Amino acid sequence: MSIQGWTFVFVGITFAAYLLIAWLSRVRDTSGFYVAGRGVPAAANGMATAADWMSAASFISMAGLISTMGHAGGMYLMGWTGGYVLLALLLAPYLRKLGNYTVPDFVGDRYESSVARLVAVVCAIFVSFTYVAGQMRGVGIVFSRFLEVDVTVGVVIGMAIVFTYATLGGMKGITWTQVVQYWVLITAFLIPAIAISIKLTGSSVPQVGMLEMLSKLDGLHEELGFASYTTPFAGGWDKLNVACVTLSLMIGTAGLPHVIVRFYTVKNVKAARWSAFWALLFIALLYLTAPATAAFARYYMIESLNGKQSEELPSWFTSWEQTGLVLWLDDGDGRVAYRGGEQADDNEIFRGGKLGAAELTTIRVDHQAWLTSGGREGQDGRAILRAKGLAGPDRDIIVLATPEMAALADWIVALVAAGGLAAALSTASGLLLVISSSVAHDLYYRIIDSDASEAKRLTVGRRVIGLAVVVAGLLGIFPPGFVSQVVAFAFGLAAASFFPAIVLGIFSKRVGTVPATCGMIAGLVFTGQYIVGCVYGGWPPWCFGIGPQGIGVVGMLVNFAVTLALTPFTKPPSAEIQELVDSIHEPELSSDSA
Amino acid sequence: MSSTSSSPDPAGARDPRVREALRRHRRRTVMLQVVLLVTWAVAGLGCGVLFADVLQDAWPGKYLGFWFAQQGSILVFVVLVLIHALVMNCLDVAHQRAIAGHAAEQAAS
Repeated sequence: MSIQGWTFVFVGITFAAYLLIAWLSRVRDTSGFYVAGRGVPAAANGMATAADWMSAASFISMAGLISTMGHAGGMYLMGWTGGYVLLALLLAPYLRKLGNYTVPDFVGDRYESSVARLVAVVCAIFVSFTYVAGQMRGVGIVFSRFLEVDVTVGVVIGMAIVFTYATLGGMKGITWTQVVQYWVLITAFLIPAIAISIKLTGSSVPQVGMLEMLSKLDGLHEELGFASYTTPFAGGWDKLNVACVTLSLMIGTAGLPHVIVRFYTVKNVKAARWSAFWALLFIALLYLTAPATAAFARYYMIESLNGKQSEELPSWFTSWEQTGLVLWLDDGDGRVAYRGGEQADDNEIFRGGKLGAAELTTIRVDHQAWLTSGGREGQDGRAILRAKGLAGPDRDIIVLATPEMAALADWIVALVAAGGLAAALSTASGLLLVISSSVAHDLYYRIIDSDASEAKRLTVGRRVIGLAVVVAGLLGIFPPGFVSQVVAFAFGLAAASFFPAIVLGIFSKRVGTVPATCGMIAGLVFTGQYIVGCVYGGWPPWCFGIGPQGIGVVGMLVNFAVTLALTPFTKPPSAEIQELVDSIHEPELSSDSA
Repeated sequence: MSSTSSSPDPAGARDPRVREALRRHRRRTVMLQVVLLVTWAVAGLGCGVLFADVLQDAWPGKYLGFWFAQQGSILVFVVLVLIHALVMNCLDVAHQRAIAGHAAEQAAS
């Protein structure tokens, strides 16, 4: 059977499983719809959290990022796991103790303010939509490459599946689908990594195989002019920026509403602590393997292309070339040269980036004319693409193309496609539920119509999630940017808005409504304007040279500073709230955990 | 499972011995959190980023800075969260025992 045949089989089976679960776990009340009736076992919640967490960016783009960044890529690994330590220690058990439905619900109750609740709702919706856009683009990439359907059709199919199980089962349906999706995505990630490791290094443990690869990889990098793969801070990332991005991602992780909300679904505080452990363990399985995949992919990318003539090029290259994610513009000798650093002028491997098909064709036609005329006519396409910063293949193809590079069996290649879809869909559904609960529970029920009946609230919840699916689908068809970059911004915004408000809400009895609300707004506005200004406005990174991806840390400090500076001038929260804060820290009595 | 049902009754909260047990639990929790968070910062931000170049050069050819940034720190994080779950759940049980023992004493007297 061909790769495409296997892909149809795997995608078909997994999608059928998701729909079956949707039917089995349909719900009739809002507790089931928002927090799965608080009956999810700790280990299952750990798996669901892991699937919720590991997005299309983790699955498709992260190993690719590490592969091109080398040592500095570790900031994504540390950032996206280290946040769980903060979450497990400082947030999850306390939020579960209080037992709300959503993060804005906690903010609104703790700070006794509809304005604070509203700000939190806006933050939650904004962060979730930023993040969900990346997922839908991931679905589009997988569908267009492996099933050779149009990106739009792919996104519509994915949306139809999510729509079904999210509206029928709400959190309950999403949780049990995510448990299955976790196993699909982790199998799809581990099997190719182990197979490649055995093939390349003889070691069946990819993490061990990677260590054996490093000196060979460093040698190749030096020979071809690339910055060293293993030396810290070698390739364009200085210590300050690596530290800031790592911290932003960690704190953002702890403040992401779709992760926090998962801890509301377990039975008690004890289960919340255990489920934080299970979640991090299940996540670490993928995150410890990703650097190995990255190193192997880097090796294959260099070895399988350099010095090859066009008829010797591997088949994966030609199929990915059609998507524009990798391009070869020859210098006339008929052999591929993939170079970097001081040899960048000789590099012939590029990517299309955001260039349209027409622009790419013009560049290629001009380049061909330049080659045949010996430089008298046309234009050197390599110089144009280099000037646009498009040297090297697109990072998004690394994980998807590595099994093909290593010439693994067709069914393994197809499995990766199903895994990528599982990763994208599981995260998308978790985010869509946050959007739905923020609007239907926090905005509609708690602010607009607090007399709404149970049935009415459930209907509103279902309608909002349906609408959110459509908006997310549109964002997937008209993607706003590069998958990982978009996701990294969501973290900056979450770090700058939620984290300080929640931590101070739990650990301080003194911080009241006005400082917390002002702090959230200040953090959000500062981070938002910096990101937009640096990415779209062409600003220099004026804040100590910190790039837009790491600015969330500064936004968080701004939030803390504003909140704490205003606190002495405003009145403390009411006696009930102070008692509530005390009660958060009291251990559960045995009757509660029964 | 709301906040009201899980907080102890007002009479219990006023009892000095229950309050002492609560204070002890809170103190131990804070100590545990400080120890774990310091380890978190040293392993992640320290070994993975701030001292990564020092670690890398200290033992040439061992790639220690690289290993901490891409493997070691994650392993430490998993262990930290495991320790937190184990110790905190033990502290909670110890607290429940202290309260139950005190309640039994009161009933007997």
